[in-house]
Amino acid sequence: MKYLEEFRNQDLAQKLSLKIREVAGKDRISLMEVCGTHTMAIHKFGIKGLLPENVRLISGPGCPVCVTPNAYLDRAVALSRKEKVLVTTFGDMLRVPGSSASLEQARAQGAAVRMVYSPMDALKLARENPDLQVVFLAVGFETTSPTIAATVAEAENRGPDNFFILPGHKLIPPAMKALTENQKIGISGFICPAHVSAIIGLEPYRFLAEDYRIPCVVAGFEPLDILQSILMLAEMIVAGKPAVLNEYRRVATEAGNVNAQKLLSKTFEPTDSEWRGLGEIPGSGLRLRPELARRDAEKMIPVKVEPTREHKGCRCGEVLQGLIEPPACPLYGKACNPEKPIGPCMVSSEGSCAAFYKYVGVAR
Amino acid sequence: MCLAVPMKVEQIQGSIAVVISAGMKMQVDISLTPEARVGEYLIVHAGFAIETLKPAEAEETLKLMAEMAALAEDGD
Ligand code: SF4
Repeated sequence: MKYLEEFRNQDLAQKLSLKIREVAGKDRISLMEVCGTHTMAIHKFGIKGLLPENVRLISGPGCPVCVTPNAYLDRAVALSRKEKVLVTTFGDMLRVPGSSASLEQARAQGAAVRMVYSPMDALKLARENPDLQVVFLAVGFETTSPTIAATVAEAENRGPDNFFILPGHKLIPPAMKALTENQKIGISGFICPAHVSAIIGLEPYRFLAEDYRIPCVVAGFEPLDILQSILMLAEMIVAGKPAVLNEYRRVATEAGNVNAQKLLSKTFEPTDSEWRGLGEIPGSGLRLRPELARRDAEKMIPVKVEPTREHKGCRCGEVLQGLIEPPACPLYGKACNPEKPIGPCMVSSEGSCAAFYKYVGVAR
Repeated sequence: MCLAVPMKVEQIQGSIAVVISAGMKMQVDISLTPEARVGEYLIVHAGFAIETLKPAEAEETLKLMAEMAALAEDGD
């Protein structure tokens, strides 16, 4: 595959690693990645082993499924149990434990839940089943929300009326602001998400460099991309010159995907939103614009939702803020493993606990 | 959830492109990237192309990395 192997060259990786060591000197540098695909790549390619001790990588809230609070999931489960409602979702939501059940468990008890690969498949199901109310679980960051906006636009243009979404989208930059303000984490730079940035461009990160003096680099997913972005961050930190730079120019542009941005603002508007572990963050979620209210499952399909209960002993909240690494959770690898996950961070393959379990294992 | 692998466009019909990935043919919606052309590579997410790959920028980035790495070798 073109432009894949080139970015995995081991010889170059070694040299970049040397260069990082040299530039970082003795400065303590803590860099956070806020994208689950980066978290996976860092573990898979053993990036931490290529860095000097004083350069630390912290995993942030990069997995949309993991940051979705139980209350959202409980509503999805309640919808799936309602007569004449079909809930459709990306696969990684199925096994996430809600307060008393996951969607998968609800389905085993007779609830209507279908997995889809694209929101367009959910729209297709709505067309094929005119007697059902088909609800798509709209969870994801800025990479995913435009695909749902495009699907809602298609439903508005050509029908049908029985297609709804349950809005649960999150915006990354407001979460980065909240994480930066948490002194306990002590972030000195951000590895910015590749494909979120492909949509939003560089501008939304500018306030981090200008108001908080935190440098940001948009990075691709290959090992050389990640090493190069760490080097760029280290140079800015050591020089005391924070800026927003783009390592992933082959895909992400300065302005981002303007088509997608236009569609997003036609469909959604920002709203305050609750994140697992991080709490309520102002302006960090998306809700449907008032003129699209008839597509909002929460408004249009009333259900009784059970009271929220948290998973006892699960420390996902701290993992998502980068305050602890997964093995610090007493349940990690014992009561909680990918086969029997207790918290969402162990369910989704890009959740921090699941990525750690897969690539690092249990014994340390 | 993100697929890091760029997929090559074989054919375009309206807002749908046929792409090839690991020898498999797949249909993706290109309404978010109307500029996509046959022969180009797309970044695909949830059945939609979200961006096109720019080969000239990829070459440029690789060149930059090689330069940085060469500096490391010289002990800078
Ligand atoms: S290991 Fe399991 S229980 Fe512990 S924080 Fe991770 S998901 Fe929660």
